[in-house]
Amino acid sequence: MTDLAISSSHVSKRFASHVGATSLKERILRRAHISTKDFWALRDVSVDILAGETVGLIGANGSGKSTLLKVLAGILRPTEGTVRSNGRIASLLELGAGFNSELSGRENIYLNASLLGLTRKETRSLLDEIIEFSELEEFIDGPVKHYSSGMYVRLGFAVAVNVDPEILLVDEVLAVGDEHFQRKCLDKISEFQDDGRTILFVSHSSGLVEQVCSRAVVLDHGHVMFDGDPYFASFELRKLLGTDVPSSKPDDAEHSGLVFGKVVFSNRAGGPPIERVAPGESLAIRVPVTIGEHWIGRVDHVRLVVMGVGDIPIWSMTIPAADLPQRAGDWALDFVVPECPPLRGRFVVAVQLSREAGQAIAAMRTSNAFEITGAQKIGLIKVDYVGYAEAGVVA
Amino acid sequence: MTPATTARPRASSRRAQGELVTALIGKDLKVKYQASVLGFVWSLAMPLVLLLVYSFVFQVVLKSGIPRFGFYLMSGLLIWTAFSGSVSMATDSVVGNAGLVKKVRFPLGVLPLTSIGFNAVHYALQTAVFLAVMVAVGDTNFLSLNLLLLVPALIVAITFVSGLAFLVASLNVRYRDTTHIVEILLLAGFWFSPVVYSVSLVSAHLTNEWMYNLYLLNPMTAVVISSQRALYAQNPALAGGGHVLADPGIAFYLERLGLAMIIASIVCVIGLLSYRRMSGEFAEVL
Repeated sequence: MTDLAISSSHVSKRFASHVGATSLKERILRRAHISTKDFWALRDVSVDILAGETVGLIGANGSGKSTLLKVLAGILRPTEGTVRSNGRIASLLELGAGFNSELSGRENIYLNASLLGLTRKETRSLLDEIIEFSELEEFIDGPVKHYSSGMYVRLGFAVAVNVDPEILLVDEVLAVGDEHFQRKCLDKISEFQDDGRTILFVSHSSGLVEQVCSRAVVLDHGHVMFDGDPYFASFELRKLLGTDVPSSKPDDAEHSGLVFGKVVFSNRAGGPPIERVAPGESLAIRVPVTIGEHWIGRVDHVRLVVMGVGDIPIWSMTIPAADLPQRAGDWALDFVVPECPPLRGRFVVAVQLSREAGQAIAAMRTSNAFEITGAQKIGLIKVDYVGYAEAGVVA
Repeated sequence: MTPATTARPRASSRRAQGELVTALIGKDLKVKYQASVLGFVWSLAMPLVLLLVYSFVFQVVLKSGIPRFGFYLMSGLLIWTAFSGSVSMATDSVVGNAGLVKKVRFPLGVLPLTSIGFNAVHYALQTAVFLAVMVAVGDTNFLSLNLLLLVPALIVAITFVSGLAFLVASLNVRYRDTTHIVEILLLAGFWFSPVVYSVSLVSAHLTNEWMYNLYLLNPMTAVVISSQRALYAQNPALAGGGHVLADPGIAFYLERLGLAMIIASIVCVIGLLSYRRMSGEFAEVL
């Protein structure tokens, strides 16, 4: 289980856009140095993937995910560094890659399997399984040009997973299938995991990555930004994408004269900043706000919500109007939790200043987070329980 | 640092590669003929039209005087069209399969080979029809040991065409005007080979020995005249047969083919090296 399935060591990939060098005539006529504009799609990427791991590759558009997948698949040659793989690789980089639209589904299965390195005999023995998995029995002898994109991806996935690969590389193609087929793919993926096979897939859905992967790699501008737990990876990604702050800002006119400062987490109000806290320890959250004269008397209450993964609200805290200063200037809103609850995870906070009717005046979300490091390994909360087993009891 | 990819070799991988070429040829044939009513008959249409046109021009208008001109023409034309078809199809073999090259990992060398295989299938069938027609009209003299001259001729042709196929396929990825250059060179190559005229005319008019040898240096010329020697004019009674062909014997052709083989091998090595060198960047240049 500790064998390396596929690994890249200090891999960089440069794309040189040959400016006007695609003509032999020009190349010969003017021998002048051809200017190239270089673009580094990958920079010093070292990732070792062990056999049996399921790794999600996430990142913004253009972060190098697909390039890395292609380099690992052996389609692109790295400019620097080395790629090693151990085992048969099946890659599914685009729906219908390698399909000929004029041929029937059945003929394309043979063609595709042949491209993946199978002999005709081997394919024949897998044919029924592939067709059954694709659920395209009634269309299998029709030309694939009449297939929908969902049918394409079903056929492609059915071939890729049934050719018995030791390593499966999948680009963002599963999203095309309907829910039923996606479920089927996920079942197949967990079957692969049980068999100890290696899966590497690119996804934009951090939820899917968290659900399926044992590990996630976050890429940003060709660099590995994070490599580890999928849960933290998706947090890291949201930070990169900027989706951890609200996309729509409150109305500027209303907003004027109300500026939030950087939220500080510490053990006591006004204390030095911390990043993690243990359950039972005290936690203080300070939200600095600069407030203009206009808003005095209009802020009814301030609410702070602590949110976990997927922006699930965990708990909220409110400061009523009576406890707010009646004077313009800098406020420090302090929320102090004497004993942190027995949770585990990374949390962000959202703060909202509201009018009496509950309408928002201004809201913000932190881009920095704090961690509660609970002792339990799995799960959000710690629950008291007893567990025991009895023999000879029929339910 | 050298980029390296190591994969566990599979026992059947060589065989699988061979089957991949077969599968790709089968795909091309199916795509080309499945929607047509006449199907494969179309592959005979082109040689037939050329036969009519060249017969008109060279027999009726120019009066070349080659006996059984149709048979003479076919014995050189079929191998030439297989050659030129392979080269021009190979030019586009990588660029035309960009979707595959960019998205699937497979042995890239199969692409030019598929072009050659596709044309070889046509050549075999056209030749079979040609021989059947000769038998049908009672000209069975080609059925002799001389026919074996086709074997070295085909070996030279395959070596030469492989080299060129790999060369132009890889060049065309980087330099897209390769297609045009190949087209022009193939057209020139056709007229510089004794397909529609007799090579004896060339030896008669190229009085300079050096020039004549230069003319024969083209490996396809050696292949074409050998193919003509193997298939045409075995009948001593066929008037003028000796004048049409370059040499009535066999040794002359073997010597020519030997020389052609050396050139073809050099071209083959250059082509393979070029392809190997450039195939690493196919996926990103396309």
